[in-house]
Amino acid sequence: MTEVNPQKVSAPEADEQARVEAAAVAPSGSGGGGLRLGRMGEARHLGLVIALALLAVVGLITTPDTFATTSNMVSLLALAATIGVITVGMTFVIIGGGIDLSVGAIMALASVWATTLATQAYGPVVMAVCAILVGTGAGLLNGFLISYGRMVPFIATLAMLVAARGLAQRMSERKTQLVSQDNGALIELSTTRVLGLPLLVYIFAVVVAVGWLILNRTTFGRRTYAVGGNPEAARLAGIDVRRHTMLLYGLSGLCCGIAAVIIMARTTTGSSTHGDLYELDAIAAVIIGGTLLTGGRGTIIGSILGLLIFTVITNLFILNGLNTSDQLIAKGLIIVVAVLLQRRSLQTAT
Amino acid sequence: MEDISREQSDNPSLLQMRGIVKQFPGVRALDGVDLDVRAGEVHCLLGQNGAGKSTLIKVLAGAHQPDSGEVLLNGEAVRLANPTAAMRQGIATIYQELDLVDGLSVAENIFLGHEQAVWGFTKRGEMFAATRKLLARLGHGEIRPQTEVGRLSPAGKQVVSMARALSHEARLIVMDEPSAALAHDEVSNLFRIIRELTSQGVAVVYISHRLEEIREIGDRVTVLKDGRTVAVGLPARTTPTATVVSLMTGRNVEYVFPPRPTGEFGEEVLRVENLTVPGVVSGVSFTVRAGEIVGLAGLVGSGRSEIMEAVYGARRASGKVTLNGKPVKLGNTANSVRIGMGLAPEERKAQGLLLDQSVARNITLATLGRYSRFGWLNRKQESAEADRLVKALDIRPPDPTRPIKTLSGGNQQKAVIGRWLVEGRRLLLLDEPTRGVDVGARAELYALVRRQADEGVAVLLVSSEVPEVLGLADRVLVVRDGRVVHEAPATELDEHHVLDLVMDATPSHG
Ligand SMILES: Nc1ncnc2c1ncn2[C@@H]1O[C@H](COP(=O)(O)OP(=O)(O)OP(=O)(O)O)[C@@H](O)[C@H]1O
Ligand SMILES: [Mg+2]
Repeated sequence: MTEVNPQKVSAPEADEQARVEAAAVAPSGSGGGGLRLGRMGEARHLGLVIALALLAVVGLITTPDTFATTSNMVSLLALAATIGVITVGMTFVIIGGGIDLSVGAIMALASVWATTLATQAYGPVVMAVCAILVGTGAGLLNGFLISYGRMVPFIATLAMLVAARGLAQRMSERKTQLVSQDNGALIELSTTRVLGLPLLVYIFAVVVAVGWLILNRTTFGRRTYAVGGNPEAARLAGIDVRRHTMLLYGLSGLCCGIAAVIIMARTTTGSSTHGDLYELDAIAAVIIGGTLLTGGRGTIIGSILGLLIFTVITNLFILNGLNTSDQLIAKGLIIVVAVLLQRRSLQTAT
Repeated sequence: MEDISREQSDNPSLLQMRGIVKQFPGVRALDGVDLDVRAGEVHCLLGQNGAGKSTLIKVLAGAHQPDSGEVLLNGEAVRLANPTAAMRQGIATIYQELDLVDGLSVAENIFLGHEQAVWGFTKRGEMFAATRKLLARLGHGEIRPQTEVGRLSPAGKQVVSMARALSHEARLIVMDEPSAALAHDEVSNLFRIIRELTSQGVAVVYISHRLEEIREIGDRVTVLKDGRTVAVGLPARTTPTATVVSLMTGRNVEYVFPPRPTGEFGEEVLRVENLTVPGVVSGVSFTVRAGEIVGLAGLVGSGRSEIMEAVYGARRASGKVTLNGKPVKLGNTANSVRIGMGLAPEERKAQGLLLDQSVARNITLATLGRYSRFGWLNRKQESAEADRLVKALDIRPPDPTRPIKTLSGGNQQKAVIGRWLVEGRRLLLLDEPTRGVDVGARAELYALVRRQADEGVAVLLVSSEVPEVLGLADRVLVVRDGRVVHEAPATELDEHHVLDLVMDATPSHG
């Protein structure tokens, strides 16, 4: 294909495109048509891997003594693990046609709930279970409001964001709650190392693997694509769209609960300030990874690569002693560039 | 053919397309197509599903760029770089797949892109008036300009997209299967408008799989096969159907319905009592037995699709539905599928397909449970079943891994039906199953449906084509204004009789 014309997309989209062009409004939001999804998916991932490699090179050049050290790599992965687990849940929600703004707040609430004196009295296992249940419960509540209360996901989860943070502040009286000595086992998730990596990195790996399997090898995953791609068609094909949607948010909440366990291990605290703006990082990672916000399309691998890119950027800024405002600006640019590049690659692939 | 070149001197071509080539990844959709259209004629484009008709008209509409070939308008080469450019050249297109914005009003859709505005403020009053005029001209004065398009039936949407094409001062109007969603009387309406247009010198390119329409409205015919022109400028009225069909398919297809079973039907599968959908269906009762195909004949808007959707649980309704003697929980499609129903919806793009997904995934979507254990997919089994159905339905290209949006309309339709042609179904609800399917493939589809019935499945069928209902169904229910007004074995009815029953007491349009 030598065409560079922007409306070179697949046939049914060309219809839309034609209409949109005729309307002389902004280009169709759905972007190009994913022909040969499989191969293109790989190509897209390849681009992300290259970007990641480039960032690593930048790290090696600008901070040769600190970037490639084991301790830096470990802290990088530990940071990625927390948001990464959340990103897995977010990928499901977005492929299913929704959005979850409440992830950071739910994680904070779960961490606070699990570190109250009352919960801590039952030991580390109950604390972890508590965090996971709180997360799942909040997620299911999101899902319930969206599926059965017919609220727009953006609004329902925005409400949850505000309310969950509020509740977390109340429970903790705005204090940081320390994980007590007796529950040191929880902290070992971050201190115990296997093959040089802390246990929590393995938790992250397991969540990613399980997420990938669910999305690609189960009926639940298949239905997630259907529900996000065309809810009406999914309903007429006998999928219980509402129940499925609710479960998707439950899954996202579950991931937040697991992330809460990780952050408690990493920081040895539960706090209502944990996970501030994590929702933005997670959503950004998913978008950079090539998942469309319109739903029905996307991959876990892409999201994780997107997340790693984001984490490495943060890391580079810290190592180079640059301030956080610049870091935010850089992240904003990365999102724009990533999305623009994806558009291009989709179009030229036709 | 020789008389064409003679005629050309006194009636020059309005449009000439020469040697158009369009390559998609893995498919050469157009491989040197020629088309020659004169002012004031209805030029029909025929070809099997996937022959390249829609691709060709998308090139003409500026939505696809050809790899090579040229387009001449009034003898001058033009470049149709995008849809706006094509429109500026006076080419208006009605696409095969509806392309309206559901959230906008009828008027807004019609004037999308060429709103009449002053300082950026649309002149609503004028647009409404113009819309009313267009709709009245189309015989649909009852559609209000301010209605949201999403609320219209598929046929209503078809009318709106037609109005949109008319709203441009076009000298060439391209219609890709405009009649597929229309009932009999609306097709006559469409033809009346086409005649009006051509008498004003507008040329119409008309695509349809209904050959009798071509005979009625067409002047000349161009036949495509596998992306090539195999015949140009055949006289539409006098060329024998057999000739056209064998040009299209390369073989002799008989447009036949499978034989009806001779014995008795099985036990009662579906019993519907007093089914009511507020405002559309009132108190409908009927039964369908195992092995029986029951056809619902009626106009668009008569409530026939709503009856199906209500039975299936896709629409709020009251009344009693029993399947194999067990009451069906209304309003829950997941449950309906679990107990053995299947619905092939009317509008494939909006209601049937996951456009981004592969053909295989679209086919297996509704019956994933068959290829999984505890939610874990057996992908080998799944792809084997998809392969089988792609072959059985002759979906082209026969590659289940292709994204379904790259298939031609007719082939997408086959996938929507194929979804349910699996074991374990007790009741199939088929709404316009052959919409956009070509002559050859139709016969195969009919045979497949009949085979399902012979295996004991009960089938409820809706079609706007009366011959199809009469030919395929065993028993026919005539639906009018949300009621069953007549019921008879198909063999005791003929087309005229059904049309009379269907229309009776319905205010005629135009
Ligand atoms: N965007 C695309 N990408 C890849 N292949 C495509 C694309 N659009 C169309 N095709 C292929 O091009 C061929 C011609 O398709 P087209 O839609 O023009 O057929 P058609 O004659 O309109 O058929 P139908 O009668 O079913 O509508 C088909 O094989 C189809 O699969
Ligand atoms: Mg077509």
